[in-house]
Amino acid sequence: MSQTVEVGTPPARDERVATKSPFARLMARPEVGALAGAIVIYLIFFAVAPPFRDVNSLATVLYVSSTYGIPAVAVALLMIGGEFDLSAGVAVTSSALVASMFSYQFSANMWIGVLVALVVALAIGFINGYLVVKTGIPSFLVTLGTFFMLRGLNLAITKIVTGNVGTNDVSDIDGFASAQKVFASQFTVGNVAIRITLLWWILFIVIATWILLRTHIGNWIFAVGGSAPSSRAVGVPLNKVKIGLFMAVGFMAWFTGMHILFAFNTVQSGIGIGNEFIYIVAAVVGGCLLTGGYGSVIGAAIGAFIFGMTNQGIVYAGWNPDWFFFFLGALLLGAILLNTYIRRRAEASR
Amino acid sequence: MTSTVERETRTPLVRLTDAGKNYGNIIALQGVTLEVSGAEVTCVLGDNGAGKSTLIKIISGLHQHDDGSYEVEGEPVSFSSPRQALDRGIATVYQDLAVVPLMPVWRNFFLGNEVRKGIGPVSRMDIDFMRKTTKQELLDMGIDLRDVDQPIGTLSGGERQCVAISRAVYFGAKVLILDEPTAALGVKQSGVVLRYIVQARERGLGVIFITHNPHHAYPVGDRFLILKRGRSLGYWEKSEISHAQLTGLMAGGTELEQLAHELQSVGQADAAQELEEEAQELGLAGPSQ
Repeated sequence: MSQTVEVGTPPARDERVATKSPFARLMARPEVGALAGAIVIYLIFFAVAPPFRDVNSLATVLYVSSTYGIPAVAVALLMIGGEFDLSAGVAVTSSALVASMFSYQFSANMWIGVLVALVVALAIGFINGYLVVKTGIPSFLVTLGTFFMLRGLNLAITKIVTGNVGTNDVSDIDGFASAQKVFASQFTVGNVAIRITLLWWILFIVIATWILLRTHIGNWIFAVGGSAPSSRAVGVPLNKVKIGLFMAVGFMAWFTGMHILFAFNTVQSGIGIGNEFIYIVAAVVGGCLLTGGYGSVIGAAIGAFIFGMTNQGIVYAGWNPDWFFFFLGALLLGAILLNTYIRRRAEASR
Repeated sequence: MTSTVERETRTPLVRLTDAGKNYGNIIALQGVTLEVSGAEVTCVLGDNGAGKSTLIKIISGLHQHDDGSYEVEGEPVSFSSPRQALDRGIATVYQDLAVVPLMPVWRNFFLGNEVRKGIGPVSRMDIDFMRKTTKQELLDMGIDLRDVDQPIGTLSGGERQCVAISRAVYFGAKVLILDEPTAALGVKQSGVVLRYIVQARERGLGVIFITHNPHHAYPVGDRFLILKRGRSLGYWEKSEISHAQLTGLMAGGTELEQLAHELQSVGQADAAQELEEEAQELGLAGPSQ
């Protein structure tokens, strides 16, 4: 049993690794599962629900998708960075309430209320992030805590300030019209009404994707989610990255809150609960791993689009909307199974 | 037993003299002397709990020594963070390698040191450069990767080890601390890693090679330090110690003999005989008591 060790020659290429075709490369992308799912779901509703085929219905689907897709952009980044935010849904409501009540109570220009709300939303994100990195407690628990706190604050403070569960109509306040143009206007292309949130959504997707794939910040986001000790060891500012991601979620929650405020003029203090899960579902369906380090913003956008299609498609098909959450749950389960399979393959031969 | 060798003119890159470290009332390390110069491999051997990790932590700047002195290029230092050690050219390749398995090889290679181009809002990574450099650097180390875009988790253990080593070299390491690089590897993979250690030495780097395997240490090492229970069991130049002696010291000749006695008492006479012979052969066990 003699063994010869070849010395001096570089190790030959592993003959067990097959060459990847472009198709195989495409199949390895995180968003491919979501894309396939979206096509299937689109075809199903296209077949069974005639109203769904109308281009205006598509515009509505895209609008609904965008209101969930905008926060999902940041939630996806956060999830790639290895963390969760369960407070995002109510933080949307908090932002809208703050802007509305601040401007109304202080008779301030609407834009001042909008900026105050931005500061509050970023602060919520900062506190979430700071608590997670400083205490080492899982973000699931930290943000579960802030979720309940915000939920209580939304109701309690709104009642104290307005004496009601909703805010007063702010449409007479200075600056409302211009703010509405930015956050909640609508325009027509041909005879299709397009909501401006769709454009904002696309812009946010493009920016976030660029950051994730082309900048060093994106490299750090993948790294802190993929292996926190390793990224710390090579000098990645882990705490800053994570806090920044939570603040990005705060920013997107603020933006969505502003849309709700300027679309409806008043805000009900109890809304938003449960939406945090929809953002997470969108990200997971779109290929983000719950454990972090893998995923894509485009995938999360497709996930939000699937959500919007299902949400509206059930109505167009004339089905009982009670089934909606069943479908959502089934989609999530399917996506997780697919993701687990993908990751096993990516980490194969470890 | 310990010999200090005077090296004329050259100042070692790293020199520890009688270094010690306490954690509360636990003495983790005491009276350890070690040095490494450029183009030299110093091996630190020891069993689990011998103080190897404490030693690495002191040299790499994670902990500070309590006694003795630590000099880098002749200048006494006490690092308060790994970054400071890194700035002096002391890089540590840990057992877990500090790589992110799901990320592509090139992203891992430049992680934390990304090369950027463009300014302000269009500042972005120079991906093309980073890919090419990664491929070239790995090629220089003798790894021909087909695709630097594959997740590093798909490389073999030895290859990942080498990526970590060449990364440290590329970013200006003068001294490499390798923490048990061969511990989790098979025979062939270990051979690959040992070759890179030799290659690093040939490039003029000082290498501190931590291991518990004398068969890996002896062929590549220039000096050997054996630790046991936080103390130095001895420090030798290669010329002063044979492979067999080193193995014997590591295995603990007397312990082997004890085991032989135990086996004998439970009726495993053949095995006991074999062990005893082996201990004798290593030239370390005295005649049986």
